[in-house]
Amino acid sequence: MRFEYTIEAGNFTKAGDASSSFKKILKQLNVDPQIIKRIVVSLYEGEVNIVAHANGGKVICDVDTSRVHMQLIDIGPGIPDIAKAMQAGYSTASAKVREMGFGAGMGLQNIKNNADELIIKSEVGVGTQLTIIVNLNKE
Amino acid sequence: MQVKDIIATLNLTIFGGSQGLTHEITGGYTSDLLSDVMGHAENGKIWITLQTHKNVIAIASLKDLAAVILIKGLEPDADMLAQAEEEGIPVLGTMDQAFETTGKLFNLLIR
Repeated sequence: MRFEYTIEAGNFTKAGDASSSFKKILKQLNVDPQIIKRIVVSLYEGEVNIVAHANGGKVICDVDTSRVHMQLIDIGPGIPDIAKAMQAGYSTASAKVREMGFGAGMGLQNIKNNADELIIKSEVGVGTQLTIIVNLNKE
Repeated sequence: MQVKDIIATLNLTIFGGSQGLTHEITGGYTSDLLSDVMGHAENGKIWITLQTHKNVIAIASLKDLAAVILIKGLEPDADMLAQAEEEGIPVLGTMDQAFETTGKLFNLLIR
């Protein structure tokens, strides 16, 4: 099953809407609540990153019996140094975004801690693509 | 202990989301950084914060938190309140600051 959501740049009043919708679907699919938490934390952080940093983007969530595969694709500006972006506490967020309590440089770490797999591809001037995989079966 | 059981003792204002007053409280989490709460607050916690915007409710709902307490007499933004009503997350208020609020809640919960 595939679910798609559009993410608007800079619109914090809608940040979390995709995660919230997808959470409801996962509940209906009877996914284990602890696994739902991990999926939702990962998706929310990715979603907020698009709102805060990108010029807009979309989220594509594919669910099968074994895993949830999420692609977060934005249309730029891209991340010049992914290793740096992955460092806890590193953030390029604006003062306004920080005042709201975002931009503490914890987002990507939260995704890494909750996902079974995280792949980041980025090209400056083109965009960033996050692939986040969470397995549905506890090992 | 449920959210409604701490209202009188902590002298809290109920701004909205009162459908959630029967949520069971498992503890508290004090933070103004949203990703910190997203990453570390467990379900059933009461979130103590000075953030008054709508994203607080998004996180509280995604993490199944019991309620939010706004400190220092702060009031929720209109869209935060609307979202709280929709999600059934109680938004409570206190005149105390974070340190005092956290301490009082901690003492209540360890009894």
